Amino acid sequence: MASVLKSQPQAAAESDPRDKSAATPTQRFPWYKPRSIIGRVVLWALLLGFSVLFLYPFAWLLAATFKPRQDVFDNRLIPETWVFTNYVEVWDQLPLLAWISNSLIIALLAAGLVTFSSSLVAFGFAYFRFPFRNLLFGLVLGTMMLPGAVTMIPVYLIWKELGFLGTTVPLWGANLFGSAFYIFLQRQFFLGLPRDIFEAARIDGCSYFGLFRRIAMPLSIPSFIIVFIFEFQASWNNLQAPLIYLNFGSPDQYTVPLGISYAMSLFSPTSGGEADYQYVMTAALLVTLPMLILFAFGQRYFIEGLAGQGRKG
Amino acid sequence: MAIAVDSPRKRRLRRPRWIKEPFNREARAGYLFILPWVVGFLVFTLGAMVYSLVISFTNYDLSTDTATPVGFSNYELLFKDPKVMTSLGNTLYYAVLSVPLEICFALLLAYLLHRIPERGAGVFRIIYYLPKMTPSVAAASIFLLLLNGNSGAINGFLGIFGIDGPQWLIDPDWMKPSIIIIGLWSVSGTMLILLAALKNVPQDLYEAASLDGAGAIRQFFSVTLPMISNALFFCTIVLTIAALQVFDQAFLLFYRDTTSAAPDAALFVGVYLFQQAFQQFNMGFAAAIAWLLFVIILLITVFQVRFGNKFVYYEGGR
Repeated sequence: MASVLKSQPQAAAESDPRDKSAATPTQRFPWYKPRSIIGRVVLWALLLGFSVLFLYPFAWLLAATFKPRQDVFDNRLIPETWVFTNYVEVWDQLPLLAWISNSLIIALLAAGLVTFSSSLVAFGFAYFRFPFRNLLFGLVLGTMMLPGAVTMIPVYLIWKELGFLGTTVPLWGANLFGSAFYIFLQRQFFLGLPRDIFEAARIDGCSYFGLFRRIAMPLSIPSFIIVFIFEFQASWNNLQAPLIYLNFGSPDQYTVPLGISYAMSLFSPTSGGEADYQYVMTAALLVTLPMLILFAFGQRYFIEGLAGQGRKG
Repeated sequence: MAIAVDSPRKRRLRRPRWIKEPFNREARAGYLFILPWVVGFLVFTLGAMVYSLVISFTNYDLSTDTATPVGFSNYELLFKDPKVMTSLGNTLYYAVLSVPLEICFALLLAYLLHRIPERGAGVFRIIYYLPKMTPSVAAASIFLLLLNGNSGAINGFLGIFGIDGPQWLIDPDWMKPSIIIIGLWSVSGTMLILLAALKNVPQDLYEAASLDGAGAIRQFFSVTLPMISNALFFCTIVLTIAALQVFDQAFLLFYRDTTSAAPDAALFVGVYLFQQAFQQFNMGFAAAIAWLLFVIILLITVFQVRFGNKFVYYEGGR
């Protein structure tokens, strides 16, 4: 997990002046640095070009939120007539506050529960030795590949039998039981802790749960954060589950994705709306912001989490 | 240091006791720790799959919660209902096109980021990752307007070059490409995995290759690609499984309303499954579709693993 971070100073050192060694067989700069001017121009042009490509929809979105209804489609990045009322009116047009608080509660519950339960299970697989451990862990990995579509219908019926339809429980309840990918991630982290500290704690009379609570948990805060923010994002963005479980109530019960989807239909001219897309755009921007803030604070963890994924193959 | 040397010996001493007494205190505690997962697995995975199989042989009435056995008729319907085959064809078309495109695009981006100093790469990495942080509904609502055939920005851009852009969201031929474009916009998760893999390639391999006279292109194909084949393989499998279940963008752009009159060109299995289960409430038939999708995903994944193992380079043998 640390290797990504470790490689940074090394890469920085290698980007030093490189002219001296060009002729000698032992290269002091990385092979991949293009030597010709043209190569470097192409490289930076591509990087900047793709940046424009990735950023354009955001710029367009931001501009659209300041436009009056008739100008949304004019594709100007700087609005011709500035309108600031969209940000005020959108709260009246749509129950945005309810959606955001619903989503926030569900995402916090989902992320908190899955972080705790997955690390508990991961610690069980990482530290304890018991019969069929490897077989069971193989099953954990197997469920990671299981397509969610197969269990979607029976899981709905299970929640229905249990009487949780119409509540938000189905949106976070299953997280009480851990999730395969996070179990895998946490187990990798726990395996990196030296076993001797646990043995020593045992001799000092620490209970098995104490090993988890007092030693494993404090030592693996970074991996807890990774799991938490990944699940938080997944829950915040989840469209299908709210469509199944919340779509029948009043719009006040919706989550953010379901709400935006509802707004897209509400204002769509094909279903009788008045094409007030400036409200949809403003709402879309407002619900994307929390994710951008999450990324701003947790960038390092997102990158580490993804880098860890590639290594499991 | 001395402690670290000790531990394997300790482990060897411990082993016999563990085998002689398999369900000792430690084992019992271990089972207790993994209990949440075991319960979840039995109910929400194994139980659910068995339940789903049972439902697929019945007509399930949601209002009374009664299941009437109907034998294989739901599975027969899979072949009679033309929409099943249409959606299956659409899904395969989408997967075959989108997975290689996403892998290539992600590799290109990762490669570009790998070639510049870390400080600059950090900025670009953030920019490239932003689309991945955008909720799929927000992305869909932006692209709904960007891809508009008459006044959308994308056709406006094509217009600069004199290209008369297609009706992306109306013309059946362009509906799937629209969804692929949105997928490519948010490809950065794959990009980061590949970038981490690129960084793990030992530098001395390149030095050795360049001493042997290999140029940049030769080095890419003979050193870089084999060394990151593991990550490429992993991404391909994960992206394929995801592509075969594609739902969000197609649903949001085309089938959001139950009254939607959009053509079936972007009706993917995931979408049709959802419509049958939660809009038409044909749970039995939907369960049969789910099993069809599951078998197809399983077959494709097994094939990829078999086929991929021939090409993936494993450090230190297998």
